[in-house]
Amino acid sequence: MISSPLLQVAELRKNFGGVQAIDDVNFEIAEGELLGVIGPNGSGKTTAVNLITGFVKPTEGSIRYRGKDITGWPPHKIVRLGIARTFQMVKPFYQLPAYKNMIIPLYSPRVKEIVGGKYGDRDAVALDLLEEVGFERDAFVAYKPASVLPQGYLKRLELAKAIALQPDLIILDELFSGLSLAEVASIVPIIEKLLQQGKTIIMIEHRLKELFRIADRLIVLNYGQKIAEGSAAEVMEDPEVKNAYLGSE
Amino acid sequence: MRNAELKSKDFAKKRKERIDRGIKARSSDIFALCSWREMLYLAAPRLIPIVGLIVLSLVLSHYWQRVLLSVSVFALLAISWDILAQSGMVSLGQALFFGTGAYLAGNMNHYFGWPPYVTIPLATIFGGLLCTLFLIPVLRLRGIYFSMVTLVMPLMLVRIIEATRIFGGTEGLSGLGSLPNRWVEVYLIIAALLACLFGFRRMMNSDFGLVLKGINDNDRSVMNAGINIYWFKTQALFIAAAIGSFAGAFMTHVYMFVGMPVFALDYSILPIASAVVGGMGTLAGSMLGAFILVPLSEVLRGLGGLRIVFYGLFLVIFTVAIPEGIFHYIQRKYHQYERWVEVER
Repeated sequence: MISSPLLQVAELRKNFGGVQAIDDVNFEIAEGELLGVIGPNGSGKTTAVNLITGFVKPTEGSIRYRGKDITGWPPHKIVRLGIARTFQMVKPFYQLPAYKNMIIPLYSPRVKEIVGGKYGDRDAVALDLLEEVGFERDAFVAYKPASVLPQGYLKRLELAKAIALQPDLIILDELFSGLSLAEVASIVPIIEKLLQQGKTIIMIEHRLKELFRIADRLIVLNYGQKIAEGSAAEVMEDPEVKNAYLGSE
Repeated sequence: MRNAELKSKDFAKKRKERIDRGIKARSSDIFALCSWREMLYLAAPRLIPIVGLIVLSLVLSHYWQRVLLSVSVFALLAISWDILAQSGMVSLGQALFFGTGAYLAGNMNHYFGWPPYVTIPLATIFGGLLCTLFLIPVLRLRGIYFSMVTLVMPLMLVRIIEATRIFGGTEGLSGLGSLPNRWVEVYLIIAALLACLFGFRRMMNSDFGLVLKGINDNDRSVMNAGINIYWFKTQALFIAAAIGSFAGAFMTHVYMFVGMPVFALDYSILPIASAVVGGMGTLAGSMLGAFILVPLSEVLRGLGGLRIVFYGLFLVIFTVAIPEGIFHYIQRKYHQYERWVEVER
């Protein structure tokens, strides 16, 4: 047990019709921690994120953020508390140029609260944020419409949109999927920098090698249930995890 | 740029290249003020509708002035449709807004005896509020489901009026107060149209408008920015409904009559056709569309029974020849020039 967890998920359940997508999941995350969530396809990882961020309402259980019960809140209210997420399937505004994509999170009430309504030149802030996640400055790429950007940039744009909200807890849903090794290698330092700034991060990932390098702790989901929790070494030694990933003999 | 435009006659060897005109690049900063030509380049797109409408109002005959009124009303409805469409709500029921405004103004004038300069503003605001209230329950619906509800609403209201015989029932309310003279009518609607065109174009380009466009593009992503999309949709709906209600209230006092035809399908379909022909997403395009389609329908009146056939044919030709919309086509030609270039290998 963590003494005062940032996020506390207790006895969370969700069923879609007859399918038990999340079945009695409990976990906590301390401030400044990087929690990795792994599990085979269809194990309920993204559903868990959707439940925490309010995009899906849980059937049972509770989610507490800084001691406040946020179960069943609408997404925009949860974001205002300081929880930002990225989507596994990137969701940019395809018609808008990349930097204009950033204006919408910068227009958010969350940002207004923090900066006090005076942001100055939003375009300049947007370009700064994009540079932070690896959009080259003084290149055309930030001015191109999102519809023509390659996947790597769209993933970075997702990350930048989450960072723009100045969140305390960032949930990254398979940020690395569909990226090349070199692209992943260039995003890892950005995540490490966020940790240094004191942000708390939940990472859902299939790229275990990269995740193990930066995660403090891991939980493993399978068929909606939490089957293991602990450090990377502990988790990979767990017979149930081996079974889930490699199949039983 | 769409793929179809990139296609060239000889795909293997040549492609069409689009380059911004020099004047566009030059006039994008403060130095544009050094040259009359560049200032004119910047001002012309704004001056054309203003000067054009004023000149039209002066040179047209009495009959065509009446047509101008109806054209402007359809242009307002098209702008209202375009604002909703840009916010991710495809409405098939501009007649709901138009009819609500028309009946509100008609009733206020008939039962309370209030003059048009009171009923028109009141009908604009309360019509906007009323239609927003009607549609708030279905704001969560997306795409075709929202459209279906908006299509049904005006048809329902018509039947209610017919069955309960309220507000004059099938006969409607006639002998309503009119505006002082035809010049007031013409300039009131021209002023309203220009204000809506420029005002709401500006709004759609502001951060507020950007959020609305974001909702159209990807509503979950907007929610994920901590923005309550239903509140923004409600505001967009109110704006669109108020524009439509104004148009309705205005027409009530022009015809001095309000009746069941104000909920007719024409008021729902023609604005959409205008937006498609003129070019969606700019408001100016929708307005241009109305200025082409409505007079066209008047001109074709001479053909009698074949009118609808030719009208339909025109619509098909327009949409096939310039699928992007006339306004987008003109805008592109104005800002860029094209040339064929060799494809490098």
